[in-house]
Amino acid sequence: MVAALDRRQATTALFAERGDLLVVTGLGSPAYDAFAAGDHPRNFYLWGAMGGAVPMGLGLALARPDEAVLVLTGDGEVLMGLGALATCGVKRPANLTVAVLDNGRYGETGMQASHTASSVDLMAVATACGFAWTANLATLEAVVAVRPRLVARAGLGFVRVAVAANETPRALPPRDGYLLKHRFRTALGV
Amino acid sequence: MDPWQQQIVEAISAAEIRQVAYVPDAGHTSVIAACEADPAIEATVLTTEEEGIPLLAGAWLGGQRGLLLMQSSGVGNCINMLSLNRNCGFPLPMLVTMRGEWAEFNGWQVPMGQACAATLEAMGVVVHRADRAEDVAEVVGGAFEMAFASDVAVAALLGQRLIGRKRW
Repeated sequence: MVAALDRRQATTALFAERGDLLVVTGLGSPAYDAFAAGDHPRNFYLWGAMGGAVPMGLGLALARPDEAVLVLTGDGEVLMGLGALATCGVKRPANLTVAVLDNGRYGETGMQASHTASSVDLMAVATACGFAWTANLATLEAVVAVRPRLVARAGLGFVRVAVAANETPRALPPRDGYLLKHRFRTALGV
Repeated sequence: MDPWQQQIVEAISAAEIRQVAYVPDAGHTSVIAACEADPAIEATVLTTEEEGIPLLAGAWLGGQRGLLLMQSSGVGNCINMLSLNRNCGFPLPMLVTMRGEWAEFNGWQVPMGQACAATLEAMGVVVHRADRAEDVAEVVGGAFEMAFASDVAVAALLGQRLIGRKRW
């Protein structure tokens, strides 16, 4: 697997012009990447509940059909909850995109190889589950080009971002779950 | 539909629950059908019960109340995900139809059925229980009220004797 992009550059490019996008991140590096790209009250960072980012984004997307929702997570996190992709495919909310920063590694625990490093094609899984569109991003130009689709609410989408398994500068979002919950709901006026 | 199941459907409406997530169980059949048929409710079938916990946390982030339906065996699938409710105070009512207790015919249901309440309590979930039809409305309605008013996870266990013997 060719890992093409720096994850911080890719995430920063993905989140530029985010507008009112609602974001749920998986635990670990994707949470740090989203925070490093710019903290926002419309971000909810998971620090645990591994496998929960996709279903959390789904419940949010179903609750807020007039808002665009992005799940930003990693290959290890999405692999723990692959069934949630099937559940997304049943509900097919047009306002949800799942973006996976895929480095083929469990980055938080010593860079052990994940299933995507050898045999698993996450985009094929998403397609088989009924996602309306998929995109495989390996260049910053491709990341920039996909941005309008994140806010278009034009179909359940799955984006794989091929990123290098490199270390990144420390950037840690708030860990207080009550704080994150309240500021998110306050930003939405609920 | 048994009257106690109708009371659950009415309690769901009264609590203004807008998302119902479930892994099917025979004891929930009528309630699931009613939720699927209600245009005010988004009903979501899950591949595993643990999906329901973040799904309904996401619903709450978006301003909607949720309810999780499962069988007692599904409680074991939820354990780590319940950290979401502990760490963030997401309200979560759960209705759990019990197996592995009164008149159980399948021993494979017994371990999780017998561990169900203790497992939930170990993860900080408040556990209520109804074994008689006349208690269902109060137990379920009280669980909904406590979950949403106190920002906690509350499970209402619906006993196997209430649901009745499974016929083979």
